Amino acid sequence: MGTQTAIEVRVDVHEHGHKLGDHLYIHKHSRIHDLHPASKLLAVLLFIIVVVLTPNTEYWTFGIYLGLVLSVLVISKLPVKRMAKRMVVEVPFVIFALMLPIFGREPDVEVFGLSLSEAGLIAGFGILAKATLGVMASMILAATTPARDILNALAFIKLPNTLVQIASFMVRYSAVVLDELQRMKVARESRGFSARGIQHWRVLAQSAGALFIRSYERGERVHLAMLSRGYRGTMDFGNERLEKKDYVAFLLPILALITLIGSLL
Amino acid sequence: MNDVVLSVKELAFAYPDGHQALYGVDVALTRGERVALLGPNGAGKTTLVMHLNGILQAGHGEVVVAGLKVDANKETLKEIRRRVGIVFQDPDDQLFMPTVFEDVAFGPKNLGLTDSEIESLVQKALTEVGMLEFKDRAPHHLSFGQRRRVALATVLVMQPEILILDEPSSNLDPASRRELSEILQKLDITLLMVTHDLPYALELCERSVILSGGIIAADGKTLNVLTDDALMKKHRLELPFGFDPRHAAQSMK
Repeated sequence: MGTQTAIEVRVDVHEHGHKLGDHLYIHKHSRIHDLHPASKLLAVLLFIIVVVLTPNTEYWTFGIYLGLVLSVLVISKLPVKRMAKRMVVEVPFVIFALMLPIFGREPDVEVFGLSLSEAGLIAGFGILAKATLGVMASMILAATTPARDILNALAFIKLPNTLVQIASFMVRYSAVVLDELQRMKVARESRGFSARGIQHWRVLAQSAGALFIRSYERGERVHLAMLSRGYRGTMDFGNERLEKKDYVAFLLPILALITLIGSLL
Repeated sequence: MNDVVLSVKELAFAYPDGHQALYGVDVALTRGERVALLGPNGAGKTTLVMHLNGILQAGHGEVVVAGLKVDANKETLKEIRRRVGIVFQDPDDQLFMPTVFEDVAFGPKNLGLTDSEIESLVQKALTEVGMLEFKDRAPHHLSFGQRRRVALATVLVMQPEILILDEPSSNLDPASRRELSEILQKLDITLLMVTHDLPYALELCERSVILSGGIIAADGKTLNVLTDDALMKKHRLELPFGFDPRHAAQSMK
């Protein structure tokens, strides 16, 4: 046999889909990555609460929050471009925020010849600013913490065990279910089907139904497998203690809170 | 002390919709035996297996595992499920934890063992199936064959009295199939293997039982069963093209 030169095909690795649950994590060595997952989770949660409590008209305060989040991003050594791309999940909120000034009551300001509602503009800005900050903070959390550590953190902050279990199964089985969905799509398309319009919704709905039944049955089999290994309704998740160094995470919400109080005084 | 680990007597069962799957099954396994459960599709193999750890309750007759009768009693049921380890066909049904280690540790944790006991048990089980180096991986990042081996480890770690394998060689490539057989051969355990893979049955099990039409149609040495042409034909069992059990049995010695 002769040797053949390998023909390489360049493929841009796309991130969505298959490894849902893990694919958000970006491995780096940074102060942020090293923090206890629960401290990060709590810090993000508190930060978001402070952000949400901030009145919509405190424009500069939001600017400082943004600065705080960006500094965390820098410390975490995460690739800025990749993180920026992930912000697309926010798009639905952006659309909603953009609609507010247009459909808001009492159009009373003129912007580029459009008469917009001032209340709507402010509300729109508020939603946009708060959502952006919240999404950014969560994105950094997800990129610096593997999915299972986030589960452990949820258990650590005493989220009901049943809910943590459900989240854990979601992380484990989303890939399996997506694969199943993909196979069904391939099977449909192999027989000449492509979803083009409303007349095909029936088929898609049936696929969704079939997927639901399959997942339900898988759930029953998994439950049996769990029972045969002594499952009694609760599952243990990691329970590492917080160390002194982990409290650094709370600098984010504390600084945010100080900013808020300062701006309101 | 008699050494019967599993005994099934006059077991009959009908599903709630009236479809009867088992019509009086009698079979017993002694300690250390390896038995293949053969039979055409729809013969009731899966139904039988589901009786062995109490997922289904006998309509008539009884199933006894290591002296414990399988019935609705919750306490014995828990113990029976520990003693009867079933490896399901789809490893994704069996691996539900975020990492291989946690998955194998799931059972021992439920038994209330200490962390160091759990650690050493998991270590041992993963070593037995040759998957120790993958202990921190997520199950969905493993190949199918690797996942099946981890599924086997999750059951072995419970130190069952009897190991039941549902189609262990299905969907495996030939190399993974051979690796699994090497692992199974090394185990010192009573084994019941449901399979359509007749060469695999011959390789691993000295005894074979044919379940057909809801009853035990044959029970004997695997070589004798596989070479009984009339019996094989009657129960829709066929050897792969070119496979001669006598020749294979010779070369195994």
